[in-house]
Amino acid sequence: MAEPGRPAVPAVFHLRRARDLMDRCFAEPLDLDDIAAAAGYSRYHFVRTFRAAYGETPGRYLTRRRIERAADLLRSANLTVTEVCHAVGFASLGTFSRTFSELLGESPTAYRARHAAGSPAIPGCFAMAWSRPRTAISDKPSEASQP
Amino acid sequence: MISGFSHVTCYVLDQDRAKAFYTEKLGFTLNTDVTMGDGFEGAGHGFRWLTVSPPDNPELEIILADPRMGNDDESAATIRALVAKGALGTGVFATDDVRKTYEELSARGVEFLQEPVERPYGYEAILRDDSGNWFSLTQHPAGGAS
Repeated sequence: MAEPGRPAVPAVFHLRRARDLMDRCFAEPLDLDDIAAAAGYSRYHFVRTFRAAYGETPGRYLTRRRIERAADLLRSANLTVTEVCHAVGFASLGTFSRTFSELLGESPTAYRARHAAGSPAIPGCFAMAWSRPRTAISDKPSEASQP
Repeated sequence: MISGFSHVTCYVLDQDRAKAFYTEKLGFTLNTDVTMGDGFEGAGHGFRWLTVSPPDNPELEIILADPRMGNDDESAATIRALVAKGALGTGVFATDDVRKTYEELSARGVEFLQEPVERPYGYEAILRDDSGNWFSLTQHPAGGAS
């Protein structure tokens, strides 16, 4: 990839393209092959190198992004919890509610009620960027987080 | 009294490519592109001062900086890795019509992380430059932020 006379691009540049795909297309049924392909990696090397770079597996990152976007919708949009569940790419309401509660410490319904008075004045781009790996989420795979 | 922001630093992976991206894809105006000699102020590496400005906002210069600018090699490598992995955001671009701008930039190949969505403070999209830096692109409601 490096051309003579040009600075080489750090390898993580390509991993980031895969992470961007998840940020952009979180609502779609992405599988690990799609995501690894965006980085130009094989599945096996992709999961390992992604975790080394970003501190969590791509599956967990995608789950976290979906939950973060769900929380954003619950704060700001006039949608039911079921509608939010489907809007961020979960097929099962049960899995969605359980994963949401594991990550954020309260159910989607409780979260929405707590924010009913209005969102804090934090720009969405900042909230999106601030979302980061946490230890609270369980390691067991969920339906939304591909292995 | 401080009167405003005139220059902002944006570390890029490749200044030639960044120059093309910012001028051809984002539509910015090239402000300065000067390369000093290797001996300049000890900066070495053919220190290159490269700045661009939004066409309607020429008083703001975005410095498309080589991470080696003022840094030792190890620090520069760390900055490059952070830029490449998408960890750094530089700020918020303002636009009068985020939907139209989103369509135009997308057609030119600019990668967006988020399409324009309604926010309490306006309509906002999120894009990346060719190095990996992210920017918000926000259309504030007429009359300022609500």
